Amino acid sequence: MVQKLDYLKETPSQTAGPYVHIGLAPGAAGFDIYRQELGWDIAGPNAKGERIRVEGIVIDGTGNPVKDVLIETWQANADGVYAHPESEGEVEEGFRGWGRVITDFETGEWGFDTVKPGPVKARKSLGTGPLHPPAHAGDDWLGRGDEGHEDMAPHINLWIVARGINIGLNTRLYFDDEAEANAKDPVLNLIEWHNRRPTLIAKRSERDGKVVYRFDIRLQGEGETVFFDV
Amino acid sequence: MSQAEFYQRDRERHPPALTPDYKTSVMRSPRAALISLQQSVSEITGPVFGHNDIDPIDNDLIHNYAKDGESAIGERIIMHGRVLDENGRPVPNTLVEAWQANAGGRYRHKKDTYLAPVDPNFGGCGRTITDENGYYFFRTVKPGAYPWRNWVNNWRPAHIHLSVFGTSFSQRLITQCYFEGDPLIAKCPIVKTIPTQDGIDSLVAALDLNATVPLDSIAYKFDIVLRGRRSTLFENRLEGN
Repeated sequence: MVQKLDYLKETPSQTAGPYVHIGLAPGAAGFDIYRQELGWDIAGPNAKGERIRVEGIVIDGTGNPVKDVLIETWQANADGVYAHPESEGEVEEGFRGWGRVITDFETGEWGFDTVKPGPVKARKSLGTGPLHPPAHAGDDWLGRGDEGHEDMAPHINLWIVARGINIGLNTRLYFDDEAEANAKDPVLNLIEWHNRRPTLIAKRSERDGKVVYRFDIRLQGEGETVFFDV
Repeated sequence: MSQAEFYQRDRERHPPALTPDYKTSVMRSPRAALISLQQSVSEITGPVFGHNDIDPIDNDLIHNYAKDGESAIGERIIMHGRVLDENGRPVPNTLVEAWQANAGGRYRHKKDTYLAPVDPNFGGCGRTITDENGYYFFRTVKPGAYPWRNWVNNWRPAHIHLSVFGTSFSQRLITQCYFEGDPLIAKCPIVKTIPTQDGIDSLVAALDLNATVPLDSIAYKFDIVLRGRRSTLFENRLEGN
């Protein structure tokens, strides 16, 4: 016998179910209850940087849109700073960097407005992990070294829940006009299969003078989006 | 200021993505393995909420959608507990959101067409922020069981959906809280997505007579555990270690 470790165990996840909107976006469920719902204004009025819109659809393994999905977004501001005490630097007043995104129940299309985030400091700035750089490794080093010595390309962290999703899916959205930064991004480079990396890259276009990025998420099958265990 | 990582999520404690007896998961589950990330500032940070974001009435589901002087119909309960991390430390000032069916098992949602009636005085959602000890509570009515289409005759046990943030986006969690003594728990394909009995038991709120309000409300206790965090003890280890 040995001494018992007295850690608690994380509460298991359960699906958010079809009625997730009641709890997290009651207006979408069809009623008005709170003074303000949370997560509708990601960047606030004072945020610097380029104003962008991100749009997409979540597609299931049959190729059909997932019409009852809810997505949360978490991003840095244009300076690469998160609105959190452990991110070095300041954010603009009113910048929260977090949002909730729901779909059109008929089409499954979703979209949100924000500012484009800046590059984010490398993992090494946390002071954790092995200290040696993977200088010899090229981009096929199978994740056996430290992925923390390059700054991360601009990205938005996404968390996806819905009926039929037993535990929230984490992924990242990168930007196709950041090819140089993306090529050095330590997380994209961790994905061994080069042909899966583009599943994380949103495509830029302009519509009515506005910048719109398209980011479709495939839950399963051909072109399946890369999801992370964070 | 601590900048350490959170403990790796124990994926053997959570449901896998593909759970064929919960049919909707079959076409909504990724087939490729998740890519495991060492945490960066993107993962160890997360949204911060304060009391300006919510109102005091928000955690009282009996009254937060009721007309003046009226209240929701059903068995009056207090759902309370603490949000802790895996180190057993309280998680203060974190947002907890709840949603549920009414006492008849009907949700106030445009997509719910179950024949049980909507309660005009019950919205079915609430939210609160934990206090300095990680404590939270909701006042509500016990939700009813309801049928759902999976097999032809499936019934969800009474449950309250809970959404919790912690201090980092990597702790983000949605789960469901069940009630002690409900015979439907053991029969539910969604409950049974959880691989261990110990994990299932941890989602069942205990009847807590000590916390009842005599002649008013019965109480259930439900603690929520979020991922814990490494200490920074080994942060300055030597190169190559």
